[in-house]
Amino acid sequence: MRWPGWPPTSRRRWPTRSKGVAETKGQGATAPAPPPEMTALRGAGDGFALRLISPVMRLVEIPMIALQRLLGINRLAWVFLAPNLLLFGLFAFLPVILNVAYATTGGANVMLADRPQIGMGNFERLLDCANHLDPNTCREDKFWRAVWNTLWFVTLQVGIMVGFSLLTAIVLNGKIRARGFFRSVFFFPVLLSPVVVALIWKWMLQRNGVLNAFLDWAGIGGYNWLVDAQWAFAWSVFLSVWAHMGFYTLILLAGLQAIPRDVYEAATMDRASPWRAFRRITLPLLAPTMLVVLVLALIKGVQTFDEVYAFTGGGPGTATTFIIQYIYEEGFAGSPRLFGLSAAASLLVAFVLVVLTLVQLWVNRKSVDG
Amino acid sequence: MVAIELRDVRKAYGQAEVIKGIDLSIAHGEFCVFVGPSGCGKSTLLRMISGLEDISGGEIAIGGEVVNRIPAADRGLAMVFQSYALYPHMTVRQNLSFGLENINTPKPEIARKVDEVARMLQIEQLLDRRPKDLSGGQRQRVAIGRAVVREPRVFLFDEPLSNLDAELRVDMRGEIAALHRRLENTMIYVTHDQVEAMTMADKIAVLRLGKLEQFGRPLDLYNTPANLFVAGFIGSPKMNFIAGQVDTNDRTLMRLDTGETLRLPVTGFAQRAGEKVTLGIRPNHLCASDDGPVTVHVRSVEQLGGESYVYGQTATGSAITVHSPGQTRIGLGDTIRVGAPEEEIHLFDSDTGLTLREA
Amino acid sequence: MGRTWEFLTATRGGARLHWTDWASYGYLFLGVFLMFFPVVWLVLSSFKTEADLQRYPPTFLPYQQQTITLDGHADPLPLFRITGGEHEGMILAQLRRVGLQAQMIDPANPEERLQVSIRDYERLERFSLATENYSDLFGRFNFLLYFWNSTFITVMATLIMLLTNSMAAFALSKYRFRGRTVVLLLVIGTLMIPQTVVLVPLFLIVSELGMFNSLWGVIIPGAATPTGVFLLRQYMLTIPDEILDAARMDKASEWKIYWRIILPLSAPAIAVLAILAIMWRWNDFLWPLIVLTQSENFTLQLALNSFQGELQTQWSSLLAMTVLTLLPIAMVFMFLQKYIATGIASTGGK
Ligand SMILES: Nc1ncnc2c1ncn2[C@@H]1O[C@H](COP(=O)(O)OP(=O)(O)OP(=O)(O)O)[C@@H](O)[C@H]1O
Ligand SMILES: [Mg+2]
Repeated sequence: MRWPGWPPTSRRRWPTRSKGVAETKGQGATAPAPPPEMTALRGAGDGFALRLISPVMRLVEIPMIALQRLLGINRLAWVFLAPNLLLFGLFAFLPVILNVAYATTGGANVMLADRPQIGMGNFERLLDCANHLDPNTCREDKFWRAVWNTLWFVTLQVGIMVGFSLLTAIVLNGKIRARGFFRSVFFFPVLLSPVVVALIWKWMLQRNGVLNAFLDWAGIGGYNWLVDAQWAFAWSVFLSVWAHMGFYTLILLAGLQAIPRDVYEAATMDRASPWRAFRRITLPLLAPTMLVVLVLALIKGVQTFDEVYAFTGGGPGTATTFIIQYIYEEGFAGSPRLFGLSAAASLLVAFVLVVLTLVQLWVNRKSVDG
Repeated sequence: MVAIELRDVRKAYGQAEVIKGIDLSIAHGEFCVFVGPSGCGKSTLLRMISGLEDISGGEIAIGGEVVNRIPAADRGLAMVFQSYALYPHMTVRQNLSFGLENINTPKPEIARKVDEVARMLQIEQLLDRRPKDLSGGQRQRVAIGRAVVREPRVFLFDEPLSNLDAELRVDMRGEIAALHRRLENTMIYVTHDQVEAMTMADKIAVLRLGKLEQFGRPLDLYNTPANLFVAGFIGSPKMNFIAGQVDTNDRTLMRLDTGETLRLPVTGFAQRAGEKVTLGIRPNHLCASDDGPVTVHVRSVEQLGGESYVYGQTATGSAITVHSPGQTRIGLGDTIRVGAPEEEIHLFDSDTGLTLREA
Repeated sequence: MGRTWEFLTATRGGARLHWTDWASYGYLFLGVFLMFFPVVWLVLSSFKTEADLQRYPPTFLPYQQQTITLDGHADPLPLFRITGGEHEGMILAQLRRVGLQAQMIDPANPEERLQVSIRDYERLERFSLATENYSDLFGRFNFLLYFWNSTFITVMATLIMLLTNSMAAFALSKYRFRGRTVVLLLVIGTLMIPQTVVLVPLFLIVSELGMFNSLWGVIIPGAATPTGVFLLRQYMLTIPDEILDAARMDKASEWKIYWRIILPLSAPAIAVLAILAIMWRWNDFLWPLIVLTQSENFTLQLALNSFQGELQTQWSSLLAMTVLTLLPIAMVFMFLQKYIATGIASTGGK
């Protein structure tokens, strides 16, 4: 018996970087030897692009030469960094600080100066519950519904998605013809915009849609999916898995292909059955990649908003309202605009995300070292 | 006229001192070779002269002008790199003209100069290719052409031949030497290959651990090395060294560690009685003779037909190589006695490594 | 066909198919169906008339009722094939329907009115693409404006991002200066702050800069992404420093080294980043939703979302618009999917 994912038929590592280093000695350093895929992009195009930008660049060169004289070569680095640092500072770091300021003030004014200090008031309001397991007993019941929805959603979505991604990656790593084609098929939805994804499935699932037509034809009977809270939630999970699993499949496939073939050959010599080889070799060796995938999927899952918002609008009722939608609606869609509440909620999310990101960095470091 | 002058030049990377005070003066039109073992700081010194590397201490003057604060671009030098460092995305012609464009040379003049240099280096038919479509030797020529076309005051070469195979290396060596004769420019050439140094240089600077060991003409270095290191580094195969001690009573009697004794010439050396010294004799000056003072156990013999090498050991284990023209009767396992003419003997202070020579 | 089948079912080793292979291919083809069918269905549906869209059960291909224009009747009349009764086999045009009876005329003999039971006829249809769904878009919905907004945002944000990111990557990969590690850590720090958690203060900053309800309010914050810095820096590290030194000896200024040497040599990585950036910005939803509140500033994504609320019944326009929104990305995908996959795999797809 042969297990579909075993042995891997290709040793081509997926994120094709590296190479290069080994070659530089012989070739001189004439080419930094980019990944083969990438080289194809080079060529006639960049000559043209160069001619297009050169007048601008020549103009910029004049002050840059003056700066180089003034600062010397190494300090000029700061000039190159400046635009990016300005952007980061203004749109990434400053907001983090301001977020705290918002979270501790109340009212509906945008200007911080006009906002009354209320300390931890927003957090107290968010966390004020008689029983945290029952949103109905909470002061901000919508927040807690969103939290529980998100929790359920992330659990289901990540579990199902990573499971199917793994299965798909294993199948794709087997002796498959036209692997590239199948891989891109699964990857295709990743590129679609969330709104398009939502509309595609809305059109598939509407009362007179093609799915119901099929079910009627099959004698099972159609159903008005999106007005039923449970079904709307289930389909949101489905749609999200559909849209994102290709990305994780890609990463897992790369992980599978990075497992050296000789390990399997050694296992064959040890008379390990394919199933055992899968359990004892593939899975453990894939574990670091799996961890990365899991954490990444969790980080993204917590931030789910666009596709479900466009799909169900959060409904029916609050059945598919997630935490980011809560932040959006409190701060921007409702009236009065409760920026403080919104910022406080986003700080809570940020906390979860930072923890997850740190886990990810830690996992990455470990898998790199190991 | 002095082209380049280094005065107590130093370089440190953080705590690590890499160049430890070098004084050097290179005359105009001279072909100067920096040679030394890997990691001794040759490249660093060259890059400091070029301006690509900052100077931690001392002074560098080019054409009489101190250039410590002048950036690389304005020093009027050109450099050929070990890896060639051709611009991979430009054709050979663009590679050659890039530098001229940067100093706003008019287009027709660029074309003229590039063509001229291409003709000189015989790379005319390669002008429209990219570096990746060239052989190693051709790339090397382009790299040299890129330097030549700018008509610099001084050429700097950093091990330009080390990526080439042996045969090509010999050819290119000749070409660079010819280039120097034609351009009559000052050139500084870095290599760790002492054969390259001997064959190409007007002057050789031997470096070790960031210090200048000796600076002089190739044959001067060969004939009168300043110390043990230079003596061992210059010349192939390596000079033979035998340790010993000067007799406490008789200054001309040397007692080798092997227990044998040897008479030194009365004049020529500055040894003191009782001093620990090292004897140095080049392999081609050693010859086997029954009355030779040193006993050698033969470990291997290489017969090349026209010449032969005998490798052996003294009783205390010092390696000895004997190089003789023609073929030899000596066989494996033989024990032979060797000696050398008095005037071919070098004597070094074993502690300081310095040559002991009468002033 | 047979050969295709042979090709698809042969294993790499040329051996006969094992049941696991059958299972694998079965799974993969199910995948192809699940991934592609919804999109194919969307595209086909977008070519159906509003009437055709209302039909249940739906047909696979778009059909249109055949009509005929007769003298004395202003509107074209729908044609029907009669399947029973006294006029069986004829093709008649329907004038009007009254209850279960239809009043029809024979095009060959337009004077005479015929009564036909509606159980005895069926529509006469032919395959036809309702391209008016698309042409209407341009007149009715300011489609071009939204398309322009989306394009402008995408192009500008991508350009700004490529420029600033490549400059920063150059500095971080090719210079040794005090504080480089700190800057690198800061860049990693920005990775931890997704836009979704700083919406409120970001909104304040953008409004304070006067970019609320302006396309620039979407463009500029969008350009502050750390992923590109990482991607490009990794790539630039592989460019040998000696090439830069050679250029310096060639009297090139640092800026010239940047745009004449580094940029062209990083072209492959820049291309990958450009593709990613285009994708991100084109598909952006939440941030534009907050910044752009006036419909003349809407991007395609926003327009789509708002119209699905307004035009609950106007599926024909909505579907056509969806297809047009999807089209640029689908094209990019078809030609460049390999690079996209590479890029996404090497950046973690932020
Ligand atoms: N950036 C640096 N930081 C710290 N030490 C350095 C640096 N660059 C060079 N060195 C050290 O300086 C010493 C001299 O290096 P250099 O490259 O000049 O050697 P070299 O003589 O050219 O050797 P080779 O023949 O191998 O090219 C080496 O020991 C090296 O480790
Ligand atoms: Mg070197």
